[in-house]
Amino acid sequence: MRILMTVLLWCWAVAALAVIETYEFSSPELEARYHALSQELRCPKCQNQNIADSNAPIAQDLRKQLYQQLESGASDEEILDYMVARYGEFVRYRPEMAGPTLILWLAPVLLLAAGVVVALLVLRSRRGDRDRGLSEEEQRKLQEMLEREQDA
Amino acid sequence: MAPRLKLFLPLILFAVLALFLFRGLSLDPRAMPSALIDKPFPVFSLPALESGETLDRSLLLGKVSLVNIWATWCISCRVEHPYLNQLTEAGIHIVGVNYKDDDESAKRWLADLGNPYSINIVDAAGNLGLDLGVYGAPETYFVDAEGVIRYRHVGVIDERVWRSKLAAIYAEIGGELPPSLAGAGS
Repeated sequence: MRILMTVLLWCWAVAALAVIETYEFSSPELEARYHALSQELRCPKCQNQNIADSNAPIAQDLRKQLYQQLESGASDEEILDYMVARYGEFVRYRPEMAGPTLILWLAPVLLLAAGVVVALLVLRSRRGDRDRGLSEEEQRKLQEMLEREQDA
Repeated sequence: MAPRLKLFLPLILFAVLALFLFRGLSLDPRAMPSALIDKPFPVFSLPALESGETLDRSLLLGKVSLVNIWATWCISCRVEHPYLNQLTEAGIHIVGVNYKDDDESAKRWLADLGNPYSINIVDAAGNLGLDLGVYGAPETYFVDAEGVIRYRHVGVIDERVWRSKLAAIYAEIGGELPPSLAGAGS
């Protein structure tokens, strides 16, 4: 029990450490937008984290920038454009649907479509085998066998 | 014949997959192209480390420059420092950006390790770094005589990188390459 408590306390301590800086927002709406955007912007240094999760100095700078721009009244679009102008489409987890990122957007749909086509083809050829029924030749042989059975 | 060909399908798929995976071995997943390639160097107005006078981007006009982002807290910067000294000695124009650093430590660093920079821009708040899309020091921007960014190198510059890659880029954007710094290919 004591060990469990220690472990739990330790977890709690780690969680408390993970809270990074806090900003005072002038309205709850800005705060909500801050959270949404910081989830969507990717940290350039630690490439598989968004800037909300990362403690890298560059992520802190970008959060500060995000906060300042939100407070000065910038729209989401303007903020994303600002970030993309400096760090490229890379910095967005949902990049613009154009140019080289097009394949990222389309590949899943295309692969799914290809999968559906293959599945349909396989299913059709299987059903073909099963529903084909007997040919005339087979029908005749079957008839013969049945008659022989009756005769015996 | 057709069913026979079908048998080879897995082999073909495997070959294609292997080709992609093999290519992936030599790709750097951390490589990130700069968004500022072929764009003018961002406008700035920041003090010089040495004299305190205000500098702006006219500093970069008229000749090809390397703009090196460095800081005393950056360990890799210390690694590349001796090679930057060599580049300067050979006549390459290097402008330093002292990024999110303390002026006194920076001056001490230059006094101790030598100063390869023709001038140092103090970017204490990191705003110029942000405008440049810097995500970690050291980074080096190749700026042509019109003040346009033509290339970005992330990480340490050493003799190997210089000769195998950077020398050619420097020459291509109009930089005069001293014979002692020629690339491996030339």
